[in-house]
Amino acid sequence: MNDRFEIPARLRNTSLALIGVGVLTLLCGIAVLLNSHDDMDKTRFWAVLLHDSVFFTFITGVSIFVQAAVSLAQGAWLTAYRRVPEAIGANAWIFGSIAAIVTICIIFGFKVHGEHGEMVNSIYPWVTPGTDKVLLGKKPFLNPTMFICFTVATVVLWGFFGNKFRSYSIAQESAPKNDTKIYWKVFRLSGVFLIVYGLSQMSTIPWLWVMSVQAHWYSTLFSWYNFASAFVSGMSLIMLWVVYLKNQGNLLLVTKEHMHDLGKFMFAFSIFWTYLWFAQYMLIWYANIPDETIYFKLRQHGPYSVIFYANFIINFCMPILILMARPSKRNYFTVTFMAMVIIFGHWLDFFQMIMPGPLGEHWHINWYEIGTFMGFVGILIFTVSRTLSKSSLIQNNSILLKETAVHIA
Amino acid sequence: MAIKKFAVAAYDDEDVLFPAVSKVRHSGYKLHDIYTPFPVHGLDVAMGLKETDLHIAGFIYGLCGTSTAVGFISWIYTIDWKINYGGKPHFSLPAWIPITFELTVLFAAVGMVLTFCYLNQIMPGVKKHVFHPRQSDDLFIITLELNDHVSESEAIAFLKSTGAKETSVQIAEDSWWYGRWDKAEPYEALNA
Repeated sequence: MNDRFEIPARLRNTSLALIGVGVLTLLCGIAVLLNSHDDMDKTRFWAVLLHDSVFFTFITGVSIFVQAAVSLAQGAWLTAYRRVPEAIGANAWIFGSIAAIVTICIIFGFKVHGEHGEMVNSIYPWVTPGTDKVLLGKKPFLNPTMFICFTVATVVLWGFFGNKFRSYSIAQESAPKNDTKIYWKVFRLSGVFLIVYGLSQMSTIPWLWVMSVQAHWYSTLFSWYNFASAFVSGMSLIMLWVVYLKNQGNLLLVTKEHMHDLGKFMFAFSIFWTYLWFAQYMLIWYANIPDETIYFKLRQHGPYSVIFYANFIINFCMPILILMARPSKRNYFTVTFMAMVIIFGHWLDFFQMIMPGPLGEHWHINWYEIGTFMGFVGILIFTVSRTLSKSSLIQNNSILLKETAVHIA
Repeated sequence: MAIKKFAVAAYDDEDVLFPAVSKVRHSGYKLHDIYTPFPVHGLDVAMGLKETDLHIAGFIYGLCGTSTAVGFISWIYTIDWKINYGGKPHFSLPAWIPITFELTVLFAAVGMVLTFCYLNQIMPGVKKHVFHPRQSDDLFIITLELNDHVSESEAIAFLKSTGAKETSVQIAEDSWWYGRWDKAEPYEALNA
C-alpha cells in the first residue's frame, strides 16, 4: 500500500511562522530580559527556556517509549499509525539537545545576586551550595559532572533508539515477505530501551532537570509523576498527528477503533497522573513536615494557587468527565479538543513544577512564555512533518499489518 | 414471565452459524436468543444487539458511592463525633479521598455485577430453561420465538435449510424463576 504524506504548503508555512515567532521571542528575550538589570528578568529568561525544552523533550521521548512497550508486548494496535510515534521519537534528540544546551548554560553561565550579595544560581541552587549543609550533603549526586553525564547519555541514547526503531521499521519494508528477523531485533532492542528509559525519564532525568530546581525539597515519586504527565501529553500529541493525517486522507488503515485506543490512553493516564499527583500531595499534607510542605505552600496557598487549581481541573476533571463516555473517544472533534487541552494542561503542570523555585511570586505567562512555546511547537511540526514525508505512512510488509487492520478497540 | 413456543436449532460450526443468523434476521422470524459454549466474537453485531447501557449504570453507582462516602465521613467528623487528628481541620478532604475512591469503586463494581446478573437473568437459586443440553458443550443453539400465526413446520424447515444439525419445537418459560434443578416444572409436561 502506498500512503505517502506530502507536507501541505499551509502546514510548512505555519511551522516556519511559528519558528519565526520563537526566534523573534528569543531575540527579544535576550535584548529585554537577559540584558535587564533585574535579576528576576534574567532568571525568567532561562527558566522559561528550561521549562519548554524539558516539556518538549519529555513528550517526544514518550513516543520512543510507546514503540518499545508495544513491541515488547507484541501489540498490533499501534502498527496502523506506528510511523507517527516513529517520526516523533526520531526527533526527540532535537529537543533533548536544546534541553541539554539550556541546562548546561544555566549551570555554567547563570548567576544572580543572592540575599547577602554573593553570586548564586537561583535556578539550580546546588551549583553554588556555599555553606548550605543540605546542598553539600547532596553534592555527590547533585553536581555539574553528574548532571552533564546523565543529560548527555540520555540525549544520545534517546536519539540512538529513536532513530534505530525508525530505521528498522523502514528496513522491514524491503525485507523478504513474512520475514521475522527485524521483528525480533526490534523486540530485543525494546527491552534494552525500557531499561534506558527507566533509568532516564523514570528516575534520574526529572530529578536532575526538574526536581533540583528546589534542591532542598525532594519527593520519591517525582520522576514517576513526571513520566505520567509526559506520557498522557505524549499520547495526546500522537493523537493530534493521527487526526491531522487522517484529515489529510492519509493513514488508510486507521479506523475509529484505533482512535478509541488512543483515547483510552488519554483518559486512563489522566487518571493515573491524578493518582500520582494526589499520592504526592496527600502524604506531604498528612505528615506536615515543614521541609516537605514548603513545596505546596508556594503552589497551593502562595502566588501559584490559580495555576495549582487550574492544573487539577484541566488535567483531571476535564478528561474524566469528557473522555469517559465511549462515543467521545471515537469522535474526532472531542479527541482533538481534549488532546490540546491535555497538552496545555501538562505544560501548565511543568510550569508550576519549575517556576516557583527560581521565580517565586514573579511569574508571568506573557509574550515571552507564549512566544517560546509557539517556537517549540513550530520546531515540532516542522521536524516531525519532514520525517513523516520521507517514507510511506503504512509500515508495508509488517507481519502485524493484517492484525492491525482488523483491530477492534 | 410467560410460557411460549420456540423453534430450536443446533449448529456445530461457527462458519454455518453466522450465515444462519443473518438469514434468520432477514427472514422475519423473531430471534429469541443464541446460546453458545464460549463467547463468539462478532455474534452480538451479527444478532443486531445494541450497545449495553451497563456502563451508564456503573457511572451512577459510582456517583452514589462517592456521595455516600463524602456525606457519611463528613457527617461523622464535622457533626457527630468531632476528633482532632494531629491538628488537622475537622473537614479534611484529602484524608477522605482514599476511602471515597474505594467506596466509589466498590459501589460501581458490586452494582454493575448485580445489574449484569439481572440483565442476563442469572443468580443463585434461579432457574432458566435449557433448550439443548449441549449448548454449554459443543453446539450453538439458535432459538426462534413462535406464535399462533407462525407455522411450526415452516419454521423448522427454514432452520433446516440454514444448515441446522438438529431441530425441535419446545414449549418453555422464556425468563427466569425461582426453582430447583432436580424438580420438574409443570410446563415441562407440555413438551412430552
